[in-house]
Amino acid sequence: MRRLAWFALLLFPLLAIAQAIQPLPFRNHAEEVRFQHLSAELRCPMCQNETLADSNAPIAHDLRRQVFEMIQAGKTDDQIKAYLVDRYSQFVLYNPPVEPGTWLLWFGPLVLLVAGGIVVAIQVRRRARQAPAVVLPANDTEDDW
Amino acid sequence: MSRFLPLIGFVLLVGLFGFGIWWNTQHDQHEIASPLIDKPAPAFSLPVLNDAGRTVDKASLLGKPYFLNVFASWCIECVHEHPLLMSQMKDLGVPLVGFNYKDDPAAATAWLAEHGNPFEVIVADREGRTGIDFGVYAAPETFLIDGKGVIRYKRIGPITPDVLDNEIRPAIAALAKEGQ
Repeated sequence: MRRLAWFALLLFPLLAIAQAIQPLPFRNHAEEVRFQHLSAELRCPMCQNETLADSNAPIAHDLRRQVFEMIQAGKTDDQIKAYLVDRYSQFVLYNPPVEPGTWLLWFGPLVLLVAGGIVVAIQVRRRARQAPAVVLPANDTEDDW
Repeated sequence: MSRFLPLIGFVLLVGLFGFGIWWNTQHDQHEIASPLIDKPAPAFSLPVLNDAGRTVDKASLLGKPYFLNVFASWCIECVHEHPLLMSQMKDLGVPLVGFNYKDDPAAATAWLAEHGNPFEVIVADREGRTGIDFGVYAAPETFLIDGKGVIRYKRIGPITPDVLDNEIRPAIAALAKEGQ
């Protein structure tokens, strides 16, 4: 009995997690999966490093309700995203489309990688050319300590 | 030359981080530029606070510019903004329309009784659905909507004397130039 009470106590914190996201009356499991997938791809405009699925901000609650209702109304994922982008800008998309405004975002890391690679390649070549010319003096202990 | 490379790299990084710090002092990271600027305001029809029989819609406000100020009794920053609404914003010659966002009518009424009511009319959006259409995500927010119903300016966060002088007065001057 006592053990059971301890176990119940251990489960108690889970209640807080369960309460954080309100239950929605999904019609079937597929719809719920779709909702979870979609709300994990959307960003909460208020608490900006959380997805709609994770956030407990009031606006995230409202937007989840909106997404849910649009799913129930038979809207496609693209329609729902377009609806939110029209109101909150592309900021709400964690996976923004490739277009001139997001080129830096999409290709910036690649440009940095290529630029870094070129610098490394130039250095390696230069050193390779210089290497034979450098002869270490036999009694040079400078690098050893 | 190559012995200076680390130094050059270091200086470049200092420059980059310094720029980042400067940029963040000039910009609010939490501010999302509204895609609604220079677009027609969304159509809405909302009950007047404490007068459920009356509704105000977008069409009934057309003809002259107005501010739509999103406020709520639960909003802490709204308290800081309010004295400015009561004094200088009221004297701009552009009516203030209150947008009571996700609030309890009784709490809103008590809040206005305590802090003063600068609004010509107050509409109540209890569910926050019209708020979504306006892209509201954090009160206070203030929209300047012109006589044709187009959103000309949006402030996210409280209006400060700086914002009033550097952003709102010029926006109104621009409207006046167009004869609005």
